[in-house]
Amino acid sequence: MAEFTLPAHSKVTTGKSFPANSNAQNVKTFSIYRWSPDDDENPRMDNFEVDLDECGPMVLDALIKIKSEIDSSLTFRRSCREGICGSCSMNIDGTNTLACLKAIDDVKGEVKIYPLPHMPVVKDLVPDLTHAYAQLTSIEPWLKTDTPAPEGKERKQSPEERLEIDGLWECVLCFSCTTSCPSYWWNGDRYLGPAVLLQAYRWIADSRDEYTGERLDALEDPFRLYRCHTIMNCAKTCPKGLNPGKAIGEIKQKMLERQS
Amino acid sequence: MTEPTNSMRTPLAKARGLGSAKSGVHHWWHQRLTAIAMVPLVLSALYLVLRIAGSDYEQAILLLQNPFNAAILLLLIITGFWHAMLGVQVVIEDYVGSDWGRITTIMMVKAVLILLATLSALSLFKIVSI
Repeated sequence: MAEFTLPAHSKVTTGKSFPANSNAQNVKTFSIYRWSPDDDENPRMDNFEVDLDECGPMVLDALIKIKSEIDSSLTFRRSCREGICGSCSMNIDGTNTLACLKAIDDVKGEVKIYPLPHMPVVKDLVPDLTHAYAQLTSIEPWLKTDTPAPEGKERKQSPEERLEIDGLWECVLCFSCTTSCPSYWWNGDRYLGPAVLLQAYRWIADSRDEYTGERLDALEDPFRLYRCHTIMNCAKTCPKGLNPGKAIGEIKQKMLERQS
Repeated sequence: MTEPTNSMRTPLAKARGLGSAKSGVHHWWHQRLTAIAMVPLVLSALYLVLRIAGSDYEQAILLLQNPFNAAILLLLIITGFWHAMLGVQVVIEDYVGSDWGRITTIMMVKAVLILLATLSALSLFKIVSI
């Protein structure tokens, strides 16, 4: 049955506060979700005051500064710090995005940071994406052909055909869109979600792929594909400015095209 | 498919589940077609209702017995209830989590809608055959 409140053990409490140095001029408060599997405590919001004059411009810079200088137990994923690895996706100021692409100055007041919504939490800002990654594997995101590649050459594609996968290949698989989608929140066990469907369309749209029909067969399903109700949170939240909703629309159109 | 919480299946096995139903495109397309069809049907039915509101009993019966008017109402009954059936099914699939709960709720709602559609059509036939 529907649950209208969080389980008692999941209620978020007020955590610790770490004030900035008294001589700091340009202070910003970062309110960060903390939870550890190693104790029996409820999740809490810790407040860290950071001197922005001593900090890089992005939210990820502040997180790294907090981890290095204030609380080394703060746990989050990060790698490239330039929006290409997709590791540091989290919910900042109410929107899923990449911490490395989110400017601190773009947030008014305190900066609230939570893990990606509606996923199991491993620790602090690290969500468990096992199922989402398995869903990505299930759509077989690689070139599938029966024709062998030309001897010693690449598989050819016209410039027009290459244009078809623009707006798709740029996805860094941060799953900001998938975890912003209410349909994925309610039916994520079966609905593939915007990130995986955009990837599925990336291979459907690739002129070199020879398994378009099989790919469509695998997607034609009330839950895998048709849970998308064009809510468009995906396009709104995408830190790379992509439009997964449009890619899903293209899949639905292809489904119809092959019917008549 | 609802996974038991102690399942030892691999993440990929869970993601693949029971495989694709290989259906859904017709449901999706018919929902859109019926929505578009209802635009002219509802507008002409509204016009008919306004004309009936301004008539006495005899004139009203004559208006409803006009084959074009009766056809508009019958088509509206069919597309309206069909659209409702498709739409309510989507809502139930979105929000009812358990497999048995989803399947039984969909069946019950569809049965009620089919009953209402039949009653509406029979009422129209009754007026037309006065």
